[in-house]
This record gives sequence, C-alpha cells and structure tokens, in this order.
Amino acid sequence: MAYLPPGASDNAVSVRLDEGATIFDLMDSHQVPREQAHLVVCNGLFVPPSQREGYRLQDGDVVALWPPVAGG
Amino acid sequence: MSWAGKILRVNLTQGSCTTEALNRQWAQEYLGQRGLATKYLVEEIDPKVDPLSPENKMIMTTGPLTGTMAATSGRYSVVTKGPLTNCVACSNSGGFIGAEMRFAGWDMIIFEGKSPKPVYLYIVNDKAELLSAEEIWGTSVWHTDEWLHAKHQDPMLRIAAVGRSAEAGCLYAAVVNDLHRAAGRSGVGTVMASKNLKAVAIRGTNGVANVKDFGKFMQAVNDGKKVLADNAVTGQGLPTYGTQVLMNVINEMGALPTRNMREVQFEGANKVSGEAMHESRPSDGKPNLTTNAGCFGCTIACGRISTIDRGHFSIENKPEYWGSSGGLEYEAAWALGPDTGVDDLDALTYVNFLCNEDGFDPISFGATLAAAIELFKEGAITTEHTGGHELAFGSAESLVWGAETLVSGEGFGKDLGLGSKRLCEKYGRPELSMTVKGQEFPAYDPRGIQGMGLAYATSNRGACHLRGYTVASEILGIPEKTDPLETTGKAGLVKAFQDATAAVDSSGLCLFTTFAWSLEDIAPQVDGACEGDWSAERLAELGERIWNMERDFNLRAGLTAADDTLPKRLLKEAAKTGPAEGRVNDLDKMLPEYYELRGWSAEGVPTDETRQRLGLS
Ligand code: SF4
Repeated sequence: MAYLPPGASDNAVSVRLDEGATIFDLMDSHQVPREQAHLVVCNGLFVPPSQREGYRLQDGDVVALWPPVAGG
Repeated sequence: MSWAGKILRVNLTQGSCTTEALNRQWAQEYLGQRGLATKYLVEEIDPKVDPLSPENKMIMTTGPLTGTMAATSGRYSVVTKGPLTNCVACSNSGGFIGAEMRFAGWDMIIFEGKSPKPVYLYIVNDKAELLSAEEIWGTSVWHTDEWLHAKHQDPMLRIAAVGRSAEAGCLYAAVVNDLHRAAGRSGVGTVMASKNLKAVAIRGTNGVANVKDFGKFMQAVNDGKKVLADNAVTGQGLPTYGTQVLMNVINEMGALPTRNMREVQFEGANKVSGEAMHESRPSDGKPNLTTNAGCFGCTIACGRISTIDRGHFSIENKPEYWGSSGGLEYEAAWALGPDTGVDDLDALTYVNFLCNEDGFDPISFGATLAAAIELFKEGAITTEHTGGHELAFGSAESLVWGAETLVSGEGFGKDLGLGSKRLCEKYGRPELSMTVKGQEFPAYDPRGIQGMGLAYATSNRGACHLRGYTVASEILGIPEKTDPLETTGKAGLVKAFQDATAAVDSSGLCLFTTFAWSLEDIAPQVDGACEGDWSAERLAELGERIWNMERDFNLRAGLTAADDTLPKRLLKEAAKTGPAEGRVNDLDKMLPEYYELRGWSAEGVPTDETRQRLGLS
C-alpha cells in the first residue's frame, strides 16, 4: 500500500506504458522495490519471479502486486 | 517427557472430577492434542452415538508443546463427535487458555455425561470442581467471562465458554476462549452446551515442567523463532496484514466464492479487504483496524483487533460495541461478505463481534445465511417464514438481522442455526447447500483452486481449509508453486498437506508456522521436549496414522465414499469469470488417485495392509 502511485483509488490505478514494457519496467517506473513484490499476478495468473523481467504487458492487462502474504 | 502425564476426567452426570495418568504408549503413537485426544475419543465412544446425547464425550486437549517456550505454543483443541457433520470434530484455538491448562498441570480434560443443571468447571492447579452456572445460563460468552472474573476476583483466570447460540441449539456453535479466540468449527460448542456445561475457568501457576532436554529444546526453539522472523510471510506479511490480505488475492485469481458460490469473483472485495481495514473511514476518520495481536507465546501475531464506526447503523445505539474487539480474519470476512454479497466492512465486523460474543462459527453462519438468501430469491423461503423480513444478497441489514435473530434462538433464528444443509433440505432445495458432509465451505472456490476441491471432499470434518491447505502451494507458492487450475499431482499434494497438518495440530503449535516451517523445523522442537526420538518422517507418519484413524471413525459412524464429494454446483456449473472461467472442479480426476496413494480400496476404506503399516487395529 505504501507504494501506491498518486491518484490511486481502491488500491488501483490505470497506467500508460511504452510498447513492449515488462512487469519489471512497470514496477521500476512506480518505484516499487522488486524484492517487495512477492506475489505478482497478471490477469489473475501467477507470474513466477523468473519471468517477471521478460513478461511483456499488453494493452488492457491487469497487474496485481502483493508483499509477502498468507492467510487461512 | 513434556506431557504433564495427567488427565482430568469430568463426569457431568455424577458431578465428579477424577485424575488419571496419561496413556504414554498412545502419546508415542499420537503425540497429543488432535491425535491423542481423538485416540481417546474413538476408544471411548460408539461412533454411531448421537452427538448431542450424554453418551458423546468432549475433550479439551493441549499438545506436548503447549505452554512451552516454543513459538505459537498457545494452541489447544476441542475434540468430539460433531453435530453438524456427524463426523469426528476437532476444532483448534489459540489465545491463552491452552497454556494455562498446562500451567495447571493437565494434558487434557475429558467431559462425559450430562449435568442435571448448568455448571462450569473451575480449576486452580490440581484442584478441580464443578460449580453452579445457573446464574449465567442464558447469557453471552462475554458476560460469562466478566461474571467469572468478578466472582473469583482473579483477573488472570482464563476462560472458555459457550454463548446463547449454543444453548439455543445452533448446530455450528463454537467454544470461545479469551473473549475472541474460538474452537470454531463443526459445532463443538453445541456439544458443550448439550452437556449443560457453560464454561471452563482455569488458573495455573506451575509452568510447564518435564521438558526432556532443556538445552536441546531451547536451541531448537530459538532456531525455529529465527526462521519465523526471517521469513517474509511470518516475519512481515502476517503481522502487518493479517490473513485478510487474501481477500483481493483470491478475488484476483478468480477463486472467491460469491453469493452462495454462484460466482467466483466479488465486485466489492476491495471494500472488505485487509487493505480496506487499514484505510481511514470517511465517516469518522479512523481505520477499522486498531492493532494486531498474538496468542500465547506467538512471535507472529496475525490476530486483528478492530473498532467499528460509532455512527454505523449496526451499533449507533449500542455503546457496548463501541470499544475494540477481535476483528475480521479472512475466512470470517469472506463468509459474512462476498458469500452474502455484502461489502460493508463495519457490518461484517459487527457480526464478527456477535460471533465472538455469543459463540458461533462465522464461516458456517455466513454460508448458511447465503443459502437462505438464495432460497428466498428462489421463493422457497418467504417473508412468512422470516417474520416479514426480506432477505437479499448485498443487504447489510439482512446480514445484521440474520445474526441477531440467530442469537435470539427464536423464529427464523432457529432455522439459521440448522446450518446450510439442513436448512436447504427443510425448504426442499438440498442442491443449494454449499457443504461437504454437512459442513459449510470456507473461502476458496475449488473451481479456481482445483486441489482444494479434493481437500474439501476428503476432509474428515467436512468442508474445511484447515485440514489440507493446498492454497499455500497453489496460490502462494509455499513451499513450491503449483498451478491452481491443474489437477495432475494434486492427490499427492493434498495427502502431504493433510498428514503434515495432522501432526502440527497434535503438537500444541499453530498451523500458521508452516508458512515458514516444515516438519524439519518442528521435529527438533518436539524431540527436545518429548520422550522418544522424533524426526520429520516420524511426524509425517504419525499424521498419516491420525488421518486414517479419523477416517475409520467416520466410516464406522456410517459415512461412505459417496460422502467424499462436492455440491453439484461446483462439479457442474462452470466459473463465469476470471482465470478459471469455464472450469468446474474436476474431482473425478483426482479422487481415485488419492484413494490409491492413501492405501485405501476403491470404496475409500483403508486396506488391512495400510492399517498394519500404520499400527491401527
Ligand atoms: S500465528 Fe496468529 S493464530 Fe497462530 S498463534 Fe500466532 S496470533 Fe495465534
């Protein structure tokens, strides 16, 4: 929550990215430390750490980031 | 040693309290708490017994590490035959009373028979007596707690009690201890009330003696605490966000059961999420979350303490709810929120307070109300049944009214106390009940998390996430990430989680440690404290023995493989949105392999070979 960009409401914000931007590009452009994002989900599907650098985002993708979490 | 070596047997019919030596042979085979108390139960009762008859027994039990220096050592369980499921029931709780029981010198308390009049059990160290509870019968857990503290003039007295819902026969009533911790599921509180036992009040001043090798034990305990502190989930995630942070995660992944499991994503999830609990309310400028809290000896402290906006419609004229109390955990928030379609965080919190105050399981209540709302929508329940009240998905008023009516035990409150299965049967639409073996589902839709479908279908206490939490692997990647939409490999995953969980539940430690610990971290702690040689393998095997013992009890109680199933909705009606869109739960692809891995016949019965291997008679 501490890293939410200005203008976010309900913990979400729409962003414009350059063509071919990756998940890491997205995080870097909003100063989200890479090691803080434990759970990265794109359109509801888990993106493992090894793929985040090369994962290219498409128009309309919904990316969700969480710190280390668990429940039960 | 670490076990106190002493059991208190309370015969409520006769009003007697007697001391017995713990069966040490069984302790080596079943460790403690869930395993050992279930062993006592299956040896002492007829599996076909009516759960609410005096012939059923109820055991309050600690594990050998309860009350020790180990992290999260505040756990105890209530073991009995459950009225909601007619299966073996074992509900685990934290707080402080478990440790207090050890400080008073007891491993477990076995309650049998039924008292002719309401009583409570009062224990001060080795002295135990039954005292009259007539003055507090018909009052809430919170009132009972206050009354007992005042009567005995002892602020350190630890209390577990049942509330008005249990007395009124609600089939999913809980035993609540330390005001807002609960042995919550399967109706263990209903059994307690059926015995005319209102409360158990314990004061222990002796500490836990008998640790086998203190140096070795403390080394293992300190190593374990370091692992918990260094782990991102148990060191930061759980204390900061609590379990409620899962609301948005599970919704995003398309596995948040919504409106009686008709959908798998809830548009209002964010409003009732862990994140929302941190945000200041526009109305009074304060957040719902007041602070986090821990159980005895816990270095994680995942608990939530919340405060409701005084101007909220549910409490504006009820100052008794203006203070802070136990707040929403994820499962409760889900059942009271998305499953009923309600996105009013303070309404959920108020109903959660009522669950604590009067001792009923928020998961079963929310899910039962969700079924009632669907029955109402379908015209099977009308305002004639509800005394003029409209029930609607998304209505915070329906939610609040439903909970208050349940507590009253009158009118439609009696129906809500039946649980979803019996309610839907009563109104002629059994297919609308989202239950397994009579118990309501928790907060993970098995269409979006396939392994959980198998875990629910085979759980020995009906639909439950705490018997095999494959969510850890399928969603959170602990210990390894598996694909939630895949069925391959899930039979083995479910079995491994079920066995390991049974072992942890028998130790006195909290299951939440397993986000960081494996049995490899727990074994040295057990080994340092308890007589015998304890390895991770031995604990896993012990877990498997417990699982099969519970299974056996259920089979003898009359259950069959046909009960290892899911509601038709989850097997036939595909998820409408999200990553699991178009998917149902493919239970039939996992169940035969699961039986085989368990060493059970195609009818789900443990084979002679399996029994022999596990030392079950
Ligand atoms: S992790 Fe949470 S539930 Fe477990 S002992 Fe600690 S505070 Fe209690």
